[in-house]
Amino acid sequence: MSNPAEILIIDDEVQMRKLLEITLQSNDYAVSQATNAKEGIIMAANHPPDMIILDLGLPDEDGHSVLQKLREWYTNPVIILSVQSSEEDIIKALDTGANDYLTKPFRTGELLARMRSALRGALTDVNNPVLTYNDLQIDLSARTVKKKNELIKLTATEYALLATFAKNEGKVLTHHYLLREVWGPGFINQSQYLRVFIAQLRKKIEDDPNRPEYFITESGIGYRFVLKE
Amino acid sequence: MFELFINKYSKTKQYLYGILLVCLVAGICYAFSQYIGYRVVAFILLLTVSLIAMFFDILPVLVTAFISALIWDYFFIPPHFTLQVASTDDYILLFMYFVIASINAVLTYKIRQIEKVAMQKEEKANTVKLYNTILNSLSHELRTPIAAIIGATDNLQNHNEKLTDKNRNELVKEISKASFRLNQQVENLLNMSRLESGFIQPRKDWCDIAEIVYDAVKRIEENGISQKIHININPAIPLFKLDKGMLEQVIYNLVNNAALYTDANCTINIIAICHADVLQIIIEDNGKGFRKEEITNVFDKFYRLKNTKTGGTGLGLSIVKGFTEAMGGSIYLENLSTGGARFTINIAAETSYQKSIKNE
Repeated sequence: MSNPAEILIIDDEVQMRKLLEITLQSNDYAVSQATNAKEGIIMAANHPPDMIILDLGLPDEDGHSVLQKLREWYTNPVIILSVQSSEEDIIKALDTGANDYLTKPFRTGELLARMRSALRGALTDVNNPVLTYNDLQIDLSARTVKKKNELIKLTATEYALLATFAKNEGKVLTHHYLLREVWGPGFINQSQYLRVFIAQLRKKIEDDPNRPEYFITESGIGYRFVLKE
Repeated sequence: MFELFINKYSKTKQYLYGILLVCLVAGICYAFSQYIGYRVVAFILLLTVSLIAMFFDILPVLVTAFISALIWDYFFIPPHFTLQVASTDDYILLFMYFVIASINAVLTYKIRQIEKVAMQKEEKANTVKLYNTILNSLSHELRTPIAAIIGATDNLQNHNEKLTDKNRNELVKEISKASFRLNQQVENLLNMSRLESGFIQPRKDWCDIAEIVYDAVKRIEENGISQKIHININPAIPLFKLDKGMLEQVIYNLVNNAALYTDANCTINIIAICHADVLQIIIEDNGKGFRKEEITNVFDKFYRLKNTKTGGTGLGLSIVKGFTEAMGGSIYLENLSTGGARFTINIAAETSYQKSIKNE
């Protein structure tokens, strides 16, 4: 990349900002920092960054309302940082328009992977209908899926689910989102459908369905479609 | 035990029940008054009042005693249906009746007070003991990783030039291990306090048991364990409506425990079966098992087996029990005849069979 992507960190914990600053700078990102919600919103408005990393627990304003305000005009990716065991918080933030989340404590490798995936999603569009990853090939126009060059037979629902995943590669998708996209708004509480179809997709696509590498469970939140590199 | 009865009935109800009981007994005596003398009736009424004194507060008992004396006088002492008393003997009897009933009430009340104080003292002693155990356990389990982190960072900061690359890497690894251990302890403590506060409510959703078991095992394998883990789940097992997070934590803690306290060459079996809408999960190992006298204690908070290596807070198994019970299930521990321990969990839950969902 010629110009480094600019990242705005909004977090009140000085230790967390320091850690993020070192991690991001050593991976060639340009970093700016805000210590509270007010400052963060002003900085984002004056000079919109390529991505915002937002801590949900800010001293002056609830993280959710900050996110809501940002999303009124800010379209680049937002990654949420949250403390452990607050699944509802995370789901709420994802529904409000956050692209991804990390729970503290997290591994910096994980953070960088999420950032790459979110930035990629923001940079490229899915104009290319054929997605190829390692031994998996998904053709969104012909509606076919091949593994190791062999055609995999999928039912219509299985294909719809896989296509939803493929279009959001690397991104966490909540149970509600998947149920609404694939089955329709009347089905958002029918989580048993999702469980069954995820299990079936895993059986057809994973090398070992019990140790999935494509369809990763995000406990209590949803699923993430990850492509082996 | 007496406390239970007192708490169960409000004061008003105690008056009501006391008086009703005396009236009932008096009524029965009156029906049989041809066969028993009125002096025997006094003893029967006195007995009734004594029984009431065992369970009720002092004031309701005194009132009951007074009313029973009046009833005895009015209905039983000749002349009947007046409050007059004919003979001097009966005067003395009536007077003594009232005194004995009152003494009864006061004495029982006092005994109960003493019992209450003794119980509170014992409770306090137990709390202090538990508090000490918690402090000891916590200060040890939290301070050990903290000490490792402080020591390692000190070394890296102050003796950096003297360290070989290998040493430096090892120190960093120690810091990483210690932080993960700290994180796990904190998570255990949070879970425990959530359980204790009664704040925890299972959030039930459809669960794929195989997915949960494999996720828990994956987390354990990431810690690097040497034991072999065998998983045996019937592919036709239905979905269960349970709290996924709780169930995964239960399985994680049990398997992690087995991995911590068995030898490296041991095997851990995880079996999941469905018996008529009851999910049964068995986690067994072929280690040494538990000592007989310890089997009943292992689920207690901060209980650590004698002579075990460190690494836990003594909270793991009490969280297992707490979560299992929060989901309406039960857990049972036994030693296997072949050696090793077996935990069996049974949870009744709503099921959904995959066949019932159309796949188009």
